[in-house]
Amino acid sequence: MGQSAVSRRDFLKVSSTAGAGLMIGVFLPAKERLVAAGLAPAQPFEPNAFLAISPDNAVTITVAKSEMGQHVRTSIPMIVADELGADWSQIQVAQADAHPDKYGSQGTGGSGSIRRSFEMLRKAGAAAREMLLEAGAREWGVSKSECAVSKGTVVHRSSGRELTFGALASKAAALPVPDDPPLKDPKDFNLIGKSMPGKDTPSRVNGSAQFGIDIRLPDMLHATVVRCPTFGGKAKSFNSKAAKGVSGVTDIFEIEEGVAVVGKNTWAVIQGHRAANIQWDHGDFAKWDSDRIKSMMEKKGGGTAVVAREEGNVAEAHKKAGSVFEAQYEVPFTHHATMEPMNCVAHVRNGECEIWVPTQVPQRVQTTAAEHLGIPVEKVRVHVTLLGGGFGRRLWADFVTDAVEISQKTGKPVKMLWTREEDMAHDFYRPTSIHKLSAAMTKKNRPRSWSHRVVAPSISGQLRPERFSGGQLDRSAVNGASNIPYEFPSILVDYVMTNTKVPVGWWRSVYNSQNAFANEGFIDELAHMAGMNPLRFRMTLLRNSPRHLGVLQLAFEKSGWNTKLGEGRGRGFAMHESFGSWVANVAEVTVKSDGTFTVDRIVSAIDCGLAVHPDGIRMQMESSIIYGLTSTLKGEITIKRGAVEQSNFHEFELLRIDETPEMEIHIVESDEPPGGAGEPGLPPVAPAVANAIFDATGKRIRKLPIRPEDLRA
Amino acid sequence: MARYSLTINGKKQSVNVPDDIPLLWVLRDELGLTGTKFGCGRGLCGSCTIHLDGESTRACMTPVEYADGSEITTIEGLSPDLSHPLQKAWLAEEVPQCGYCQSGQIMTAASLLEQNSNPSDEDIDVAMKMNLCRCGTYQRIRKAIHRAAKEV
Repeated sequence: MGQSAVSRRDFLKVSSTAGAGLMIGVFLPAKERLVAAGLAPAQPFEPNAFLAISPDNAVTITVAKSEMGQHVRTSIPMIVADELGADWSQIQVAQADAHPDKYGSQGTGGSGSIRRSFEMLRKAGAAAREMLLEAGAREWGVSKSECAVSKGTVVHRSSGRELTFGALASKAAALPVPDDPPLKDPKDFNLIGKSMPGKDTPSRVNGSAQFGIDIRLPDMLHATVVRCPTFGGKAKSFNSKAAKGVSGVTDIFEIEEGVAVVGKNTWAVIQGHRAANIQWDHGDFAKWDSDRIKSMMEKKGGGTAVVAREEGNVAEAHKKAGSVFEAQYEVPFTHHATMEPMNCVAHVRNGECEIWVPTQVPQRVQTTAAEHLGIPVEKVRVHVTLLGGGFGRRLWADFVTDAVEISQKTGKPVKMLWTREEDMAHDFYRPTSIHKLSAAMTKKNRPRSWSHRVVAPSISGQLRPERFSGGQLDRSAVNGASNIPYEFPSILVDYVMTNTKVPVGWWRSVYNSQNAFANEGFIDELAHMAGMNPLRFRMTLLRNSPRHLGVLQLAFEKSGWNTKLGEGRGRGFAMHESFGSWVANVAEVTVKSDGTFTVDRIVSAIDCGLAVHPDGIRMQMESSIIYGLTSTLKGEITIKRGAVEQSNFHEFELLRIDETPEMEIHIVESDEPPGGAGEPGLPPVAPAVANAIFDATGKRIRKLPIRPEDLRA
Repeated sequence: MARYSLTINGKKQSVNVPDDIPLLWVLRDELGLTGTKFGCGRGLCGSCTIHLDGESTRACMTPVEYADGSEITTIEGLSPDLSHPLQKAWLAEEVPQCGYCQSGQIMTAASLLEQNSNPSDEDIDVAMKMNLCRCGTYQRIRKAIHRAAKEV
């Protein structure tokens, strides 16, 4: 979990501002922590907090992570406030602007906001609490040990005297910051572990929540950008006169990536783009479509691969076995589809730039804009708004450059908004993948060997083509494949890189979603071949994985696994570990004779260590199930003539309320350090549903999305 | 360009805009009522749902000329103080995640409750299924509508 690398000296620094009370920041040595952080080497994911107590007794907690629905603006303050001893009602939340080093990394992803910062946030609260206690003790001339904090006050126990945090803030700020403040005994937590109401919920039900798209500045222009639908293509020509003839359009010009239309309101610029009749030079990639990508992947997949994990000797074990069982699993490209399309407000003036943007990477936005404009990073101010969904899409700052470039050119503040069509055509898609699995068992159905070849485009390879030019191993691409927990004497996991011009990116749970579909489907096949109950079969292969066994057991009990289901119904199991948490899902389906089917119920068990904000975890699990089901049953991105075929929600469909299964989330009670919650629920959704369909029909599903025609007799 | 008269959240407003501009952009860009959201621009997602003369309507597909002289209610006008039963229920059930689609969800649900004070699960499905939520808050939306119905 990478918390140990931080020395205490780096950890707490106090900044006392005259008259402002007590401010405690958590600082991290930025650079060396990036790699330790994790999932994608280019993604700095680090914790940070900033706490200020003002003389009027308000406690402001600055959250440097982005709020995109995971309620991080509630859970992070809960952790700090609990250790501090504050009253929840005095907590105010502020959103951090981007800063190159003040907060450590502000990147929000990898289900890491809590798990990577829990101890540090606690220490931030604890240090402030110790200083307030000391200030109170000095005020009364008593020993600190005779004092306690309670709901935002310091109390002298024996005399009952008390002073508010606000009253003590200035005095506390003058004291030295404790190096290693004592942390509360977890049994004394009074916020951590409780489902506190969402700090942003009221603004989300009355229309006042400010997303990026809602920013309005005086004298602001509106803009939209259209890029060549074919990846790698360029604008050839456009009808400038016709575009400017649209009422409200003020300008149209080419930018680095596409054509920008600028005007007085959003409607005008959308109309201006339509009138412009842009002609494209589609370039080489126009010769590509989904079929060609698939055959390229098949061909490369049959060639040489790079080894990610090798134990024992799979080739020999396969040879010795009487029979080797093989199967191929396939997963398509898919799309993030945040409900708020990509947008950014930028104002470039006098060698400076100010940006308002819904982003998961404020600091990348800052460096991207600075590089683009050729100005120092300090000259770029980035304000982070609420995000209308992130899911990994907003880990990219591609749309930021659009806004910066247009503002630079017009000299005005500009709100740049992509249409839904543009958003769908220019995502960084979840990589498509082919999985070649094989396994052998002994005559007594004991496991002998397991092999999994992952054939997929590499996100890292796309980011750093020079480093991966020889098809080197992208460790991220085998996440969830190379670390299968099942105990086979021989294991081989290898990888073949198959990049094209289709941009690929971190889609909720990253490669875990593809790899878990393959693993958990194939292990189910093996269980069936062994004639064993799929749960019992897994248990025999998980003897040294107590947390896997824990969620398996909980899902088994809560789902009523052994109860009989009616005609046409089936039940399937799948489990997966990712982002520091373990999840087991049981899905129930009903399949009709014409192949149409419904997912009726999903029972999910998660072990994410200590549950900091239980209702937040339940929300993220429900969300992961629905997001995962969309990619199981519907959303698929296909390529035709080098471009994405789907243009809007009639072609890229999302799951709807009438297709929502009954969901039950069960959280394992645990005092282990917190794990992630935003993503781990997703990988075991598709395989649980596929296994349930097998249970109902005897048909194996090895390809997503699952279509009724695949189930017809 | 023409002048249109609209009564929005009880307040009479006059705007000078092109005839074909959808109400969505009049609300958001001209009048600063940004609670109504742009999601798809084609009436496919429901994020822009408002009430036009009491009927739930997709603002992204409604040209302003069609709304001339109409009474419009947006999420900002549902209640001044979070007191609408749906807002209370949404808070109690902690429905929103990112929150982007929720204005549209709530406005659609408000129409439903106007017509049917005690909707079944099936009624809720029929009324709500054209409103998309990428965070997947559907189960909580269902619960919150039932909760609000008890109060209405």
